[in-house]
Amino acid sequence: MSTQIPWLTLLVAWPLVGAAAVWLTTLLPVRTTGVRAVRGVALGASLVQVALLVAAFTAFDTSTAGTHQLVETYPWIPQLGVSYALGVDGVALLLVALSVVLVPLVILAAWREQGEDARKLRHYLALVLVLEALMVAVFAARDVFFFYVVFEAMLVPVYFMIGGFGGGAQRRYAAVKFLLFSLAGGLIMLAAVVGLYFWGPGGEQAYLTDNLVASLAAQPADPVAERLLFLGFFLAFAIKAPLFPVHTWLPDAAQHAPAGTSTLLVGVLDKVGTFGMLTLCLPLFPEASRWAAPAIVVLAVVSILYGALMAIGQSDIMRLIAYTSVSHFGFIVLGIFAFTSLSISGSSLYMVNHGISTGALFLIAGFLVARHPQRSQRVEDYGGLQRVTPVLAGTFLVAGLSALSLPGLSTFVSEIMVLVGTFAASRPAALVAALGVVLAALYVLLTYQRVFTGPVPTGLEALPDLGAREKWVAGVLVAGLLVLGFYPAPALELVREPAEVTMTTLGAVGITDPSADIELLAGEGSDS
Amino acid sequence: MTPDTAFVAPVIEWAYLVPVLVVLGAGVIGVLVEAFVPDRARRPVQIVLGLGALLGGLAAVVVLWGDERVQGLPNEVPGVRILGGSMVVDPFALAVQGIVLLLAVLGLLVVADRTSTGQDAFAPTAAAVPGTPYEDLARRRGVQQTEVYPLVLFAVGGMMIFPATGNLLVMFVALEVLSLPLYVLSAMARRRRLLSQEASFKYFLLGAFASALFIFGVALLYGYAGSVDLARIFEALVSGTSPFGPPGAMVLTGLFLVLAGLLFKIGAVPFHAWTPDVYQGAPTPITGFMAACTKAAAFGALLRVLYVVGSGLPQEQLDHVLVGLWVVAIATMVVGTVVGVVQTDIKRLLAYSSIAHAGFLLVGVIGFNALSIRATVFYLLAYGLATIGAFAVVTLVRERAPRREPVAVAVGTAGAADAGSTAGAGSTAGVEGAPESDVVLGEATHLVEWAGLGKRSPWLAGAFSLFLLSMAGIPLTAGFIGKFTAFQAAIGGGGWMWVLVVIGVLTSAVAVFFYVRIIVLMFFTPGGRPEATGDEPDGGLAPGVTVVRSQGFTTVALVLCVVGVVALGVFPSPVLDLALEAVKFRP
Repeated sequence: MSTQIPWLTLLVAWPLVGAAAVWLTTLLPVRTTGVRAVRGVALGASLVQVALLVAAFTAFDTSTAGTHQLVETYPWIPQLGVSYALGVDGVALLLVALSVVLVPLVILAAWREQGEDARKLRHYLALVLVLEALMVAVFAARDVFFFYVVFEAMLVPVYFMIGGFGGGAQRRYAAVKFLLFSLAGGLIMLAAVVGLYFWGPGGEQAYLTDNLVASLAAQPADPVAERLLFLGFFLAFAIKAPLFPVHTWLPDAAQHAPAGTSTLLVGVLDKVGTFGMLTLCLPLFPEASRWAAPAIVVLAVVSILYGALMAIGQSDIMRLIAYTSVSHFGFIVLGIFAFTSLSISGSSLYMVNHGISTGALFLIAGFLVARHPQRSQRVEDYGGLQRVTPVLAGTFLVAGLSALSLPGLSTFVSEIMVLVGTFAASRPAALVAALGVVLAALYVLLTYQRVFTGPVPTGLEALPDLGAREKWVAGVLVAGLLVLGFYPAPALELVREPAEVTMTTLGAVGITDPSADIELLAGEGSDS
Repeated sequence: MTPDTAFVAPVIEWAYLVPVLVVLGAGVIGVLVEAFVPDRARRPVQIVLGLGALLGGLAAVVVLWGDERVQGLPNEVPGVRILGGSMVVDPFALAVQGIVLLLAVLGLLVVADRTSTGQDAFAPTAAAVPGTPYEDLARRRGVQQTEVYPLVLFAVGGMMIFPATGNLLVMFVALEVLSLPLYVLSAMARRRRLLSQEASFKYFLLGAFASALFIFGVALLYGYAGSVDLARIFEALVSGTSPFGPPGAMVLTGLFLVLAGLLFKIGAVPFHAWTPDVYQGAPTPITGFMAACTKAAAFGALLRVLYVVGSGLPQEQLDHVLVGLWVVAIATMVVGTVVGVVQTDIKRLLAYSSIAHAGFLLVGVIGFNALSIRATVFYLLAYGLATIGAFAVVTLVRERAPRREPVAVAVGTAGAADAGSTAGAGSTAGVEGAPESDVVLGEATHLVEWAGLGKRSPWLAGAFSLFLLSMAGIPLTAGFIGKFTAFQAAIGGGGWMWVLVVIGVLTSAVAVFFYVRIIVLMFFTPGGRPEATGDEPDGGLAPGVTVVRSQGFTTVALVLCVVGVVALGVFPSPVLDLALEAVKFRP
């Protein structure tokens, strides 16, 4: 094991090197080519990262996707029981892949966002690359303390990405709101992380997730302590996810941040919340999870409906997309806390699909807004654009249809898995949640109708359609939606085993899997 | 046996006193330098002497750290008691002394810097009444004070004895030795002298009050145990041989009073009232030095008194003491953060932040176990680095007198002249008889004046942000590990300690708000509004604000603080190991 190439460390370190290189373009002698040099270095770095990812994929054995692979463990702060421990199972690998694939697209999309200001563009793209490193690290972390450190450290680049580069006078308010919500959750989680030490195995590797799970399974904490620790973690993840009623920071952040920032924020970063629920809350505190599940399921269902209804009522297109995400995160959380292997693997897949789908929506909406003379984000300032910019309209429609889970697009597979799995566990929850699908049709189609059909407002008659660069961005995302929609088998392969491992852990506290006999997993993709 | 009346010359193990002697000796030499060295050469001599003494003391501490009697021979308690416990040289004392010396070196670097204005932060003649012709004359003659350096050394000497004594009377003397120079130093600000003198007076009055509480507490403990030696007090408490029977109200009252005196120095609520005023009024380099070093020394003394006396108390009585500290810790955290939120002056804001930090430190102390000492030692270092760094940045952001347009000069040429003189604004400031225009004044402490600093001086603003993030406890900075270890020590205390930790993290979240507000101001708020006054703003800063260049000393201190904050945040292992060694301590 020790001789293998540390792919995950490479995946964490390379973007940092890239970020440094982007910053150092300031030293280049020719000032006029500044912007081009910055773009080239950033895009190059992110593409090399994609190559590293492909290499990591080949080193990953999909037949044992339920166990952590590409494992690296080094002592970091042994005095506090902290290790630098990386490793991915199938779900984590998919999420790492999602982040690594989205970053070059975000960089491409940000090409002109800062105008010809090389200094601003340099800062922005360097922050994107720093964030990429942290995103890989957080999904690959196998040490709770290390996870926490990265979880909190991610706030700093995102804060600057919202506050420093967004549009409008309100962006500072949005950035501070984002930071305060996240930090409040994060600090409560800190108390739980500290407390975990005393219920864990102790020693120099006290915070390794595997050690903690084993030790807590062998000798559970007393119920009150377990519930408090669970709540500490869950609250932080619920804010991150974001779950109703602690979601209010997200629409503000999405409205005022650049489209690329929103893509990474909602598409990847918020997944850390649901990912944490799945990989930390459930295995570490199975008993407390069972205790809290009914309340969480209710909150998840409320999120689904509330997010969808709020989306219908929005007049700002970025806020609208943010609220659709609140609704989708409701589905993901519902699937996790329905405690069936089908719904959990559905949720795992949903995280990836939602990342692609919402990323497509944000980026294409960003292209749309960039075309407006006043850069308006208001839906009523647009109309009839499907005749003016047919490619933009078409790609937006595909992305929107994926948000309403049209069969044939990737989100359909995961959403149906969550709903069927939940149905086996709790019929009322599944039935009410299914209403969210109907509402999704409303908010997507209404938006499309208002923006892309009807009369064209004056001033928008001659908008240019997507350029080659933008077509690449939209094309890759739409291709992702279609490929994972028609042929989800490889991805399903990666998420099934981790879900079963989770169910085994939950089985120890008497949670059975009512979906075990549903044979939906194998044949789902081919019939749609 | 020797009769009681015969005088026995005490055996003094001088080697173990070297760190303290070096610093205090240099202080005495510094006074002589003032008297005998010519005016021109005084400042370089004092700087070399001061830094040399502090670094020498630090080296001596490092050497003593390796001493086998200090670390404990096999089967022996670690530490050396000198003069019957007047000085206790154990790893804990050396750790605190090391921190004090390290922070004092950084603090002295900031004190020594005269910046590009050519003026240090101290009044030309502190004795002159503010606003008198005498003061004006001294200022115009360019008189500069160098008594600051020996005063700092005396204060450091007191701070080194403070945590390293097992004798309550010596502790009292050390308290005064460290306080008196600070009272004087606080009154010596070059700008806003009345504010500075008022601050000093408040500090002195309240400090005297705290000293009185302390000495009254010592008297009560002496009354109970018949000794001011902590080791004897411990024995008396455990054996119950005191004529007053088992420990009761008398011991508790005494202990509380002693702790009150110490909590005053720490700046814990309800003994915090002096902190914002003194931090604001004192010369900024002194504020940084005082905030970092006094807190380290006072926490050292607090730990020693609390842990020695506390572990002699029966559990029931100890709980009374800890409940008292609970109340203080909660009040300190809540007041420090909540009142900090509404501050508009950067120095007052940092003062409330330091109050809040005292609360977080107390949370670790209340854990009352070996982890507490490790946590406190680490936290003091992390906090000290960020604090000295933050105040060092404050010394460089200055106000500037509005430029008076010469009437006779045509508008076009005036504009060109302005552009040229902006860069060299500092160099003209000290010229005798120069008109009072475009002159760099005191620190720009109002928060509004910090808007746009990120654009004008990205490195300076970046360093300041790092210090603030460390104080906020963001991971990968020293402050995070400090906070983590403190909370860990608290939870290690068991019982209901988690409530204290939850209050700690919630108040941390509130504190983040005001740290972040400054970062928002520096990076995201444009400062320059040229049309408002017609005065050309300095590179994105608000009109009337400028940034002066360091002579080098402050830059060095800032770089060291930045490196320290990052290194302690990313690779804290070696320092945590050393801090764990400090747990060895002897009453």
